[in-house]
Amino acid sequence: MNPYYILTVRGLTKTFSGVKALDQVQLNLRKGEVHALMGENGAGKSTFMKILIGLHTPDSGEIVFEGSELKASDVNEVLKKGISMIHQEILIVPELTVAQNIFLGRESNRGFFSWIDEKKLNQKAGVLLEQMGVTISPTTPMKYLSVAEMQMVEIAKAISNDAKVIIMDEPTSALSDKEVATLFGIIRDLKKKGVAIIYISHKMDEIFEISDTITVLRDGNYIDTKPAAELDTPTLIKLMVGREIENLFPASVAQKGAEILLVKNLSRAGKFSNITFAVHAGEVLGIAGLMGAGRTEIARAIFGLDPVDSGEVYLKGNQLIIKTPQDAIRSGIGYVSEDRKKLGFIPGMSVKHNMTLASLPNHAKGLFIQDKSETATAAQMIADLRIKTAGADQKVTFLSGGNQQKVVIGKVLLASPDLVILDEPTRGIDVGAKFEIYKLINRLVSDGIAVIMISSELPEILGLSDRILVLSKGKQTALLTKAEATQETILQYAVH
Amino acid sequence: MENPVQTDRNPVGISTKKRIRGIGQYGIFIAFILICLVLSVVTPKFLTVSNLTIVVTQVSINALLAFGVTFVIITGGIDLSIGSIVAVTSVVAASFAHPDTYPVVVPILTGLAAGLILGAFNGLVITKSKVPPFIVTLGTMTIGRGLALILSKGRPVSNLSDSFNFIGGGHLLGIPTPILILIVFFIICSVVLKKTVLGRYMYAVGGNEQAAQASGIQLNKVKMVVYTLCGGLAALAGILLTSRITTGQPNAGVGFELDAIAAAIIGGTSTSGGTGTMTGTLIGALLIGVISNGLDLMNVTSYYQQVVMGVIIIGAVVLDSLNQPKS
Repeated sequence: MNPYYILTVRGLTKTFSGVKALDQVQLNLRKGEVHALMGENGAGKSTFMKILIGLHTPDSGEIVFEGSELKASDVNEVLKKGISMIHQEILIVPELTVAQNIFLGRESNRGFFSWIDEKKLNQKAGVLLEQMGVTISPTTPMKYLSVAEMQMVEIAKAISNDAKVIIMDEPTSALSDKEVATLFGIIRDLKKKGVAIIYISHKMDEIFEISDTITVLRDGNYIDTKPAAELDTPTLIKLMVGREIENLFPASVAQKGAEILLVKNLSRAGKFSNITFAVHAGEVLGIAGLMGAGRTEIARAIFGLDPVDSGEVYLKGNQLIIKTPQDAIRSGIGYVSEDRKKLGFIPGMSVKHNMTLASLPNHAKGLFIQDKSETATAAQMIADLRIKTAGADQKVTFLSGGNQQKVVIGKVLLASPDLVILDEPTRGIDVGAKFEIYKLINRLVSDGIAVIMISSELPEILGLSDRILVLSKGKQTALLTKAEATQETILQYAVH
Repeated sequence: MENPVQTDRNPVGISTKKRIRGIGQYGIFIAFILICLVLSVVTPKFLTVSNLTIVVTQVSINALLAFGVTFVIITGGIDLSIGSIVAVTSVVAASFAHPDTYPVVVPILTGLAAGLILGAFNGLVITKSKVPPFIVTLGTMTIGRGLALILSKGRPVSNLSDSFNFIGGGHLLGIPTPILILIVFFIICSVVLKKTVLGRYMYAVGGNEQAAQASGIQLNKVKMVVYTLCGGLAALAGILLTSRITTGQPNAGVGFELDAIAAAIIGGTSTSGGTGTMTGTLIGALLIGVISNGLDLMNVTSYYQQVVMGVIIIGAVVLDSLNQPKS
């Protein structure tokens, strides 16, 4: 085939129980380029990548890697040939050390009962990490690393594997700006060495900063491939969603009402101190700040997930003493966590059972759950929030990220809160679903609910908030009105 | 940012994240020493060579079983069938161990083969079906017990050769053979776990199965080997037991699996997989042996001993959980 490309994919098709997940998808990957793969959730990106690394077998189509056809159905074989993937859910073994993780599966090529030369592996890992310019000790147990460091180790693993193609799936979703810069530095080094990178991300600015070429998928179909320089954000979004989203942030018509929440001098040692703010009915208070500024910690404290050392919280004028999330829910506070998978929903349970989890007593007589009332309520909420699911009894795991988020929001709403705290409500979900969540937030405030929204995405904060609380290193550095706030002012206060 | 070797690329210093692990790792060892000290003060008979020799000899069978089950638990599995494997092995080995029939290697090899086959059966069903190990090995436990009764027609197999009875009842260089066997297999199992590729894969599979798979590790192969090994070690324990009591017993080994699991857990092996050491398991087995010996010496009835043992199992796990770093 064309020697110009290191990897070419033609006519790739994959069907899952009658549904076409991929239909005639193609890709041309050049040596030393960063190739962004874009598309909404459900567009087929992850199925595509899973076929590439040998986790799924395609129904038809061909994959040619370095001039020879890749029989892609064996993870081991694909790894050996030089295609590595850095998964979104970082796949590491926490109890093993950094070096042991890097060389996992390749400790020795002389079989199961052969000796591991720990010293040699530690030394090789040390050299590798040094070349990457990260100072992580090879003998540290993986569980003591930060998410960013774990990511670096995964990249080291791919490099040590002589990967010629590295697939990165949402590599920056848990990284701070500084860590993203580190990652991009490493990516640029890899490019110089001729490594091709397939880059998947929902963050538009990143895509345009790092990628050379962009391929767009939609609903399992190949849409287009273009040099990044020929595209801009609106055009790219249009390609991805198939329609134009003119204004990503829908206008709100909500009226500011009575004061709902008042937080006074709230402090927790080492996390945040002297936080004071109020939120009114029909108002969105945005909380901005860098990673580690204490945003999530404040939300967790208000919701009773963490203790506070001092300060007062009033809800509708009454002082609250919240020790557990149960107290918070009873008082009328709902919390949608940034960590959907950990705190948001129970993956093995159905959409219906997840949604009623926080308000189950409303659907019970004595000890017994009234299935009829539960089912009706869930069905109503599914329709209301326009959740795309095969039905109320579908397990939440099978929903897309955006729809999972809606289930979590639905659960919070069913407990009839006066105040909803949304922590990174659009993390890891695609543009179309983001827009839906934004509309939903507007609906909440028009219904007279007070909303606190924590977000790392400044456009989101600016587009939706009525007022913005800026934090820096656990301290409150500004409380801006919508008119005062710009990206620059917020950043200025965030690094204060 | 173009220079590849730049120190300011370091994302976050790990020194801040590194926690002091405290006495966590050594907790059981310290507890073991303390209990031994207390027992030597309370009962003068405890700290004598003859008594300690008895304790370790008695511990050897449980320890061998516990080594096998430690492998399994580290991969995130469980094996409830080892007590029954002891019985099958006992009956099979004894049938070939009558005086003036076969050389002594024959009962040993047939016994081992019986255990390895049952272990491999566990591995095969667990890897080929999606049935959890708990259920599969629960089934094998019942199958094994039935096989032992069928093969022996429900009767003990007695009249065994002297050379076979030497395995568990003899002395070499003045040391009882079970203790020697224990030491040899402790070393082998430790090396397999800590130094070989297989051992590494056990930790990986139990620590994060998906990551192990993504690293190209064949999960099924690892599990297959681990359950087979566990069956083999159970067979060894069965041969040792048969030789010590000089009969093949179809009712031998009832409840042994629970003592073995207890030893592994007391020794710090997490039931959720990914952690555990052979040294810990050995100390766990010794702790169980020492305590029941000490209570015997103090004339505490076996009824109370069971209560004490249960408290220790729960206590050990609680202690361990308190030492885990909090997220």
